[in-house]
Amino acid sequence: MARNDARNQRKSSSAPEKPDELKVELVDHFRKKRNDLRKLWVEQMTSKSLMVGLTQKEIDKESAAIYDTCVSCLETGRFEAAEEYAQKMAERGVLRGMTTEQIIGGMLTLRDVYGRSLAEVYRNDMKRLGQALDVYEPVANSILSIVALAFIQEREKLVAAQQEAIRELSTPVLQIRDKLLILPVIGLIDTLRARQLTEQLLEAISDRRAKVVVVDITGVPNVDSKVANHLIQTAEASKILGAKCIFTGVSPEIAQTIVSIGVEVSKMHAVGDLQGGIEEAERMIAAG
Amino acid sequence: MSVPILKQGTYLIAVIQSALGDADLLMLQNDLTEMVGESNVNGVIVDVSALDVMDSFSTRTLRSIAYMIKLCGAEMVIVGVKPEIAFSMVQLGLTLEGVITALDLDEGLALLDREIGKRGENG
Amino acid sequence: MAEARNEPERGGPRASRNVRVVINSESDIVAARQKGRALAEEAGFKHSSDLAAIATAISELTRNIVEYAALPGEIDLRQAQWLGKTGIEIIARDTGPGIPDIGQAMTDGYSTGGGLGLGLPGVTRLMDDFEIKSRVGKGTTVMARKWVP
Repeated sequence: MARNDARNQRKSSSAPEKPDELKVELVDHFRKKRNDLRKLWVEQMTSKSLMVGLTQKEIDKESAAIYDTCVSCLETGRFEAAEEYAQKMAERGVLRGMTTEQIIGGMLTLRDVYGRSLAEVYRNDMKRLGQALDVYEPVANSILSIVALAFIQEREKLVAAQQEAIRELSTPVLQIRDKLLILPVIGLIDTLRARQLTEQLLEAISDRRAKVVVVDITGVPNVDSKVANHLIQTAEASKILGAKCIFTGVSPEIAQTIVSIGVEVSKMHAVGDLQGGIEEAERMIAAG
Repeated sequence: MSVPILKQGTYLIAVIQSALGDADLLMLQNDLTEMVGESNVNGVIVDVSALDVMDSFSTRTLRSIAYMIKLCGAEMVIVGVKPEIAFSMVQLGLTLEGVITALDLDEGLALLDREIGKRGENG
Repeated sequence: MAEARNEPERGGPRASRNVRVVINSESDIVAARQKGRALAEEAGFKHSSDLAAIATAISELTRNIVEYAALPGEIDLRQAQWLGKTGIEIIARDTGPGIPDIGQAMTDGYSTGGGLGLGLPGVTRLMDDFEIKSRVGKGTTVMARKWVP
């Protein structure tokens, strides 16, 4: 490792200013051509319909900031500013419904604009052009991946937050009278949601001292064997806390699943519909 | 550490104070069955609310204690299993099949009163 | 993903802060799960149901060592990191008789020692990742991970 470093240093000391000198040249070029290249970039993005939903003022401000950030990454070789900017851009962009195509397309267009402008400058010196691209391309690629990553992460955050919100909304535990809880389950249940549902129900049984819980699954189109097992586990865990579970609205499909996974149906208390379930629960509570 | 057992009327109340090792649980089993055998006891409550975990051994042992006490002619109620521990138990595949459970000590006492009252009516 | 356990330096989940509990008798079970719970809290687990699941899994794995293996065995507990997630990794290691048929041992209701036979399949339900390696006559290593949700 140390030997490699030494060799690299020797190599760079034999041709000391070359890459740096070229870098300075490129940075100067991009700074001098800032207005033209930025305009060209915006024109190309507009013609590819990548600027939909942005005002002219926003376009000018954002494109200038991105342009300058990229040049300064090239100049300093440091990407913190780009990371920070991409992060902020992702936070705003994703919230406002910008598509991945818009973002990545926009950055690819900028990459092309810079690249072509270099080709223009060094068109008579292929060797020099090759060296210039060697300096420029790794930086451009790094910036692209930083931007892409920032957007993906932001989107994942958003998806996770939405899933959380949906889950919380979709499993309300209702108390309709003393000692009686109703859990109306609506929509598809996956393992994660089934888990959350059980946790919420058990907490509610403990907090509100429930003796009977009516779990209404009328609104559940289908369950797989894992989720069916989970429903049974929910009933068993409720019983340990001293509350009995009554299932209502079990569809023929779900009944088939439950029987086919070999659950002892005699352990499950099921009543046809929610109304019947509540009446049964009232009787159980009255009987103690 | 051993579990203190209080006698209240015809009931025994064992309140587990902290995380228990296997040996402590077996000791509780001995103490409870002996006390049910030698004194006029018709109801037992075991409060497990201080337990950090109910694994296969503790569940099995508590279930055995309940069965033994039933064979001695008394009823046992396990109270105070926390929601998250109940959930871990059933995920592990454990149940307290055939054992009476209640949320806490108050509920457990009310349940025993009712169960033993019912028995009195029948016999 | 779980395959990378033996090569923690390369590619797979990274683990750190190793806490080892040597298992000599059943009285070490409580110590193992209490250390595991403390480490899980440090790793960022907040829900009491996750902490209970981790403690229960450690208790079962440790119990398997005490009941079936040649003592002493050991439990390694550490924080794990993978793709921006944090979690806890439990490794239970023994030099017991080994498990001749792992498929069977992973089936609910199977037991070698008169226990409930719920241990291993139950642990897979309590945790997220699970891996078992066993050689007859040499011993068994079980790795289980759970990620902070």
